[in-house]
Amino acid sequence: MNRIEQSFRALKDQDRKAFIPYIMGGDGGLDKLSERLLTLEKFGATLIEVGVPFSDPVADGPTIQQAGIRALKNGTTLNGIISEITRAREVVSIPIVLMTYLNPVYSYGISRFAQDIAKAGVDGCIIPDLPIEEEDLFADELEDKGIELIRLVTLTSPIERIKEISSRGKGFLYSVTVKGITGTRNEFAQEVVDFLKQVKEVSPIPVVAGFGISNEKQIKELTPHCDGVIVGSKIVDLLNRNDLDGLERFMSVLKPEKNIR
Amino acid sequence: MKSYTLPNEKGQFGIYGGRFVPETLMKAVLELDEAYKIAKEDPSFQQEIDGYLSEYVGRETPLYFAKNLTKYAGGAQIYLKREDLNHTGAHKINNAIGQALLAIRMGKRKIVAETGAGQHGVATATVCALLNLECIIFMGEEDIKRQALNVFRMELLGAKVVSVTSGSSTLKDAVNEALRYWVEHVEDTHYLLGSVMGPHPFPKMVRDFQSVIGKETKKQFFAQKGKLPEAVVACIGGGSNAAGMFYPFIEDQEVSLYGVEAAGQGTETDFHAASLTKGRPGVLHGALMYLLQDDDGQIIEAHSVSAGLDYPGVGPEHSYLKDSGRAQYHSITDKEALEAFQLLSKLEGIIPALESAHAISFAVKLAANMKETEHIVVCLSGRGDKDVTAVKERLEREKDNE
Repeated sequence: MNRIEQSFRALKDQDRKAFIPYIMGGDGGLDKLSERLLTLEKFGATLIEVGVPFSDPVADGPTIQQAGIRALKNGTTLNGIISEITRAREVVSIPIVLMTYLNPVYSYGISRFAQDIAKAGVDGCIIPDLPIEEEDLFADELEDKGIELIRLVTLTSPIERIKEISSRGKGFLYSVTVKGITGTRNEFAQEVVDFLKQVKEVSPIPVVAGFGISNEKQIKELTPHCDGVIVGSKIVDLLNRNDLDGLERFMSVLKPEKNIR
Repeated sequence: MKSYTLPNEKGQFGIYGGRFVPETLMKAVLELDEAYKIAKEDPSFQQEIDGYLSEYVGRETPLYFAKNLTKYAGGAQIYLKREDLNHTGAHKINNAIGQALLAIRMGKRKIVAETGAGQHGVATATVCALLNLECIIFMGEEDIKRQALNVFRMELLGAKVVSVTSGSSTLKDAVNEALRYWVEHVEDTHYLLGSVMGPHPFPKMVRDFQSVIGKETKKQFFAQKGKLPEAVVACIGGGSNAAGMFYPFIEDQEVSLYGVEAAGQGTETDFHAASLTKGRPGVLHGALMYLLQDDDGQIIEAHSVSAGLDYPGVGPEHSYLKDSGRAQYHSITDKEALEAFQLLSKLEGIIPALESAHAISFAVKLAANMKETEHIVVCLSGRGDKDVTAVKERLEREKDNE
């Protein structure tokens, strides 16, 4: 059983929800990556999403764009991130998922990419500019190496499409909770809750909400209708300000003693 | 029988093209594909476009024999397809009219677009004024400085122009922002993409709308000479005027097709926009195509004196035509383009856009190596009024440095 599946099973047994932080690989220096992964595991992350910086991140808002620019400026490459994850794997045991735009992967070579990230101990891969229409070549290469391709559904995906996408997945289904790009939002409309309920109903795999999630209120609003949340910009911001106390406090929102019963 | 039928249903030209966009956009992209298929088969849609093209844009545009330039080049006879005489001064409006009418058919009355030189922005803002559509244009901060007059034109036409400060603050970054905006407003907004790039069906649709250039050229040249020209030449940024010029000639193997990229300060330097000459295949802005990128797949900023060619990629169909050998791609430096800009002004009384000056420069070289009985048609894609200030400053600076 893949590490991702194991984690979600374990959570389910404990009646808990997943908290998935996103960090930009190489933000603050590539040598910080291991330490940050370990910190996030200690603070209770279910799984960690590690971003690969790209010059043209069209699905990202200002916070993650800036983090990507910082990472690229200090020389971060996909190769470097893979090496650091290999190193981190000696101490970090929770699942790690890479989030990367397609071009760095295409440039690296798909087959070589699948092989190298599997060897480094990566469990899954999110490619935001790879819709199911284009995934054939990539999905097979990744699957061959035991890497889960995490697919996305959005508020604009028709229900038949949501069914199709969720039926292909194994790890979890990334449900995009805003019509837009990543970044903090203040509140969600009823539409988002309805969307999550609908996705949850049809999806055979865990449903995780992400994009625009940045505070405790939102997390409490959404978690009854899904299996967990992904928080990106807020985490990137806290790490950038080196506010570890703030990070720990924020990440404790879904800890058992605070869970909604 | 037609043997060239690309792209296929998935929007692929060989390995190039496709629909590499975030899931949020897939519904809109698939709907657009469907709507375009239906419209294309509907004669009333083409009639509507033709009506605007003839009565509003001023088509057909002349095919002009450039006698003085021909004499100067000393070889093949050079003809100019005068897209600069279109309303708004460039070929961009051919596509803007088509897409805006399609958006209305789809019930979308809000338009977002990107612009580099400002020509596509002006064309889009113009069509939106005409058809009473809401219009927002993203433009790189650097380009806003280089093309201040076009910014004022767009605003005068009622468009909102948003300055883009991310990345290199040029066309590539304007496309990124326009895509982000489209992701957020996809349900009531059409993205009026200005070139033969982006996800399917854009490369095909924009080519089709622009192919009026090549169709007219073919007909006009035949009427004058009773045959086809030996060569056609067009400049390439994203590649829309070239695609529109090439497409009707693609099965006429006796016609050589030449695309001209911007070599900036030289293709041996780091400052050029020659994606086909110096790039390699990759994925950006929704399509697999030739891209300027580093060893890690990060996109490299393009450089050209002409804002309209300042793009690190080139449409998927051109990527395919390069590999297949059906079209040839060359490049012209900033310096050569500036010379051609002045040359055409002095010899023919036509001030070309800096983009088109690249095509002129190459055509002069090409003509010199061809026979006097042979013919070249150059797509003069736009007029140079927008570039006059920038060229003046540059020439004065060079003079000071002498």
